[in-house]
Amino acid sequence: MAERLFEEIGLNKREAKELVELFFEEIRAALEEGVQVKLSGFGNFNLRDKRQRPGRNPKTGEEIPISSRRVVTFHPGQKLKARVEAYANKQPR
Amino acid sequence: MKTITKSELIDALAQKLNHLTYKDVEFSVKAIIEQMAQNLSTGGRIEIRGFGSFSLHHRPPRMGRNPKTGEPVPLPSKHVPHFKPGKELRDRVNTLANSPAKEAD
Repeated sequence: MAERLFEEIGLNKREAKELVELFFEEIRAALEEGVQVKLSGFGNFNLRDKRQRPGRNPKTGEEIPISSRRVVTFHPGQKLKARVEAYANKQPR
Repeated sequence: MKTITKSELIDALAQKLNHLTYKDVEFSVKAIIEQMAQNLSTGGRIEIRGFGSFSLHHRPPRMGRNPKTGEPVPLPSKHVPHFKPGKELRDRVNTLANSPAKEAD
């Protein structure tokens, strides 16, 4: 990703790599701190707290509780959804 | 819950990367996001190690309804973007497992 991205910008490879890594690290760090991230034109990374719920080991069928946890969910924005749909309409698969 | 936006993210990155100009950081962040959107909208899958992967999920055609008139409307099949968090992101975000005292607000 870094390589393709920064040929056009004029950063060197090391700078480009550092920037891409730091970009994703900033998002991870925010989410880790309980802060949601909104990237306009792309989508939102939200946090959801899940309560403990009953689960099963799919191999053995044994009942084990799934502990409460915080998870990341991604909600694509209108613009991204529209772009993806436009492609999908052209390319049925 | 607290939120940060793209411009706040650009500010934070520009402060850390002070050997680059603000403009370069701003342009780069927008280029990263545009490249991801471009990749997805041409059917590609994106995998970022330690973060997660983006792919497209297929939605079959279905009958919808005009919520105002109640009239049925056929909706064609479509693809929607899907994100699966990677292990590092899952583990770091799941603070409820590490410190049960820190309750969600």
